[in-house]
Amino acid sequence: MAITLTVNGTEHLLDVEPDMPLLWALRETLGLTGTKFGCGIAACGACTVHLDGRPVRTCTLPIAAAVGKRVTTIEGLAQNGTLHAVQQVWVDAQVPQCGYCQSGIIMAVAGLLAQTPNPTDDEIDASLTNICRCGTFARVRKAIHQAAAPRTEGAAS
Amino acid sequence: MNTWTRRAFIGAGTITGGGFLLGVAGFTLAPGRHTLVSADAGEHGQLTTWITVTPDNLITILIPHCEMGQGTPTALAMMAAEEMNADWRLVRVQEAPALDEYANGYIIRTLSGDYVPAVMARGVDYGAFKIAQWFGFQVTGGSTAVRSTGEYGMRVAGAAAKEMLLTAAAQQFGVSMAECTAKSGRVLHAASGRSASFGELARAAAALPVPTSPALKNPDTFTLRRTAVPRLDIPSKVDGSAIYGIDVSVPGMLYAAVDFAPVQGGRVVHVDTKPAEAMRGVTKVLVLEEAVVVVADSFWRARKALAALTPEFHDGGNAGVSTETIFAAFDAALGAPPQMPATAATVVTADYKVPFLAHAGMEPISCTARVDGTHCDVWTGVQDPLNARSTAAKALGFDTDQVTVHNQLLGGGFGRRLPFNFDYVDLGVRIAKAMSPTPVKMIWTRENDTQHDYYRPAGMSRHAGALDANGVALAASSFYAGGGNGEAVFMPYAIPEKDADAKDAAHPIRLGQWRSVLNSQHGFFKESFIDEMAHAAGKDPFEFRRAMLNQQPRFKAALEKAAAMSGWGTPLPAGEGRGIAICESFGTIVAEVAHVSVSPAGRLKVLHMYAAVDCGDVVNLDTATAQVEGGIIFALSAALLGEITIKDGRVVERNFRDHQMIRIVDAPLVSVEFIRSNALLGGLGEPAVPPAAAALTNAIYAAAGVRVRELPVKKTPLVKQA
Repeated sequence: MAITLTVNGTEHLLDVEPDMPLLWALRETLGLTGTKFGCGIAACGACTVHLDGRPVRTCTLPIAAAVGKRVTTIEGLAQNGTLHAVQQVWVDAQVPQCGYCQSGIIMAVAGLLAQTPNPTDDEIDASLTNICRCGTFARVRKAIHQAAAPRTEGAAS
Repeated sequence: MNTWTRRAFIGAGTITGGGFLLGVAGFTLAPGRHTLVSADAGEHGQLTTWITVTPDNLITILIPHCEMGQGTPTALAMMAAEEMNADWRLVRVQEAPALDEYANGYIIRTLSGDYVPAVMARGVDYGAFKIAQWFGFQVTGGSTAVRSTGEYGMRVAGAAAKEMLLTAAAQQFGVSMAECTAKSGRVLHAASGRSASFGELARAAAALPVPTSPALKNPDTFTLRRTAVPRLDIPSKVDGSAIYGIDVSVPGMLYAAVDFAPVQGGRVVHVDTKPAEAMRGVTKVLVLEEAVVVVADSFWRARKALAALTPEFHDGGNAGVSTETIFAAFDAALGAPPQMPATAATVVTADYKVPFLAHAGMEPISCTARVDGTHCDVWTGVQDPLNARSTAAKALGFDTDQVTVHNQLLGGGFGRRLPFNFDYVDLGVRIAKAMSPTPVKMIWTRENDTQHDYYRPAGMSRHAGALDANGVALAASSFYAGGGNGEAVFMPYAIPEKDADAKDAAHPIRLGQWRSVLNSQHGFFKESFIDEMAHAAGKDPFEFRRAMLNQQPRFKAALEKAAAMSGWGTPLPAGEGRGIAICESFGTIVAEVAHVSVSPAGRLKVLHMYAAVDCGDVVNLDTATAQVEGGIIFALSAALLGEITIKDGRVVERNFRDHQMIRIVDAPLVSVEFIRSNALLGGLGEPAVPPAAAALTNAIYAAAGVRVRELPVKKTPLVKQA
């Protein structure tokens, strides 16, 4: 059974089972390895992508649930060669260490800021449940506030 | 011939395209390498640390270490570029291939210019000693990269390169070398105003003899080091382009999922493979001694097919092992507490316990391999590609030169991917051999990764301390079971009687190195106990320690700085407290203060961690800071929540729901300051870990009056008993 999937603006026809988690279709079928496997039970967030602009964890999400929706992965976050604001502050604040969890964290934060352009620390704590074993949390928090700042000055979200 | 020599040799040679490369060859047992490396050495891959300058002015620095999140390649390149007076914008790094010529283990032996680092004489820096024993390896561990490869390899290579470029320029300008200076990637002759770029000079420089003792820069003239240079790897880590071991794609590859015998030492007895074989995408079911493996055209299909099987496993005779039996054996081995002097006015005793811990790097273990006739290629992420290569060769009955290891970025190392922990390389190549010549990517699930780790040893210690009538410490001794060494148990305090003795209590659980190794247990033991002694003496824990550090000025300075950073001694609201701890490990002294709150209901919040770090000097201020921040969070995650439990011979915890890690909501603020003592460079990957747990539990005692003697903290109710 063929499944039509729109990823980063491109339509793909995939011959996979409808219950295959979106993660594996992205990584193995489409070769988009920026989305990471971390736990397989939606507990760590390494596999986060956007489905119609909202962050979702793909290691437990059947591909069927993504049909007819727009999937955006970390590879598709930059627009016309310009990094997304979250990616740019991640570089500026030198957030990543090993970097493995960061695709998922960046996607989660981009989703958070789209909904809540200037989140409080409590809102960050409630929304961001990704695991980072290198311990980049303090820089993640700082970078979120940095990314949020220009938005509050009237920049387009 | 097989005698050790102390000098590091330097060699240079031309490479195709007119470039220039140079390295420090260092110690070697190989014939013919006790002399300066010949001019064409580069073509034979004979150099250890390479600097390549190409006509486009780019400087490529080959790094004999992996990138597992620490920014090591960036820091090492800075050390070479600083000596060269290179233009940092033109510097690139590349990981050295997994060949014997790039072994780095030897460099550690130069730490003090002697066979074994002199710092060993006082029983510390065990990590460096262990790494030195792994002489022929290309290892990233023991917090050694910057202080060994950097200090004794990269700096010398950079200085020699600069000298050769200066000589080449002087010849071209028809002036003396002394009149020329190197600056920002160019050589200048001020008197005539002439200049040439490094790229323009590279070909001529490569033809010159190599200086054997190039002058190193005076640290006072550093312009690049000590700054916060952005890491070279970070852009690829924000756009999904960074390739980790698990991301490797080899044309035509299949995927393998693995079900291991659950009991340590167990074996597969029987499995009916038919249910899996009938499923979509499945190519083969392999029944190995220790595991059942499904190979399919996607990992998800392999996993799904594996789940359809119900293998029977033998328990390896270890089904009776549990956390309880292991700690009961520790307790029995420890016996009576150490004897205290009869003159003691007060005797303090305490036991401490720490659990097994898993590494739980965010990237689950994987290994991709292709065995084709007489050659094997391995793609994975390891902290030592050379030992990974020999592991693969041994598993296949190959010579090492029949194996090529393509090392990738590591999604966390923390010790899991060190030498002797390469069960996944061994298994990965055996699967590939069974499927030869088809390449196979074996991926472990998080459950595989959690349950088949090489665990941080569980341990237990039994302490006794003696105080005189004035609260002055007379003795502090301990027995410990579960592992230790001279560095881990070292206490800097001036206490007349100090002793720590190992007691043996063996168990079958598979053990390995975990960030900071045995310091992680003993930092908690010794710095908890000294805190208990301070309270028994009726003294402030900071002042009690400080009074015993007059002979240890570096410790004293670090302790005082951490206390000052935290506002030690200033009043706090009820339910809040500060705790202090200090440890030396891997040549670096770290003092930490934890500031916590404990609610009347016993709810703990770690508010702020302060760290004062004396690693001699820093190379990259930002990556150095990041290592301390990350080390503290890693340690706190373990101290608060981390535990691997053994029941019926198997690991109970499976995944991140029952094997919890801290998240941003639990992560405190972390403040880091460095002390420039100009002591020998110390490591930074690990030393922030050892003091953190004790600083935390000491702060809990200050806040709530509850002494936590067993990790993780979650096991102890934080409500003071009436």
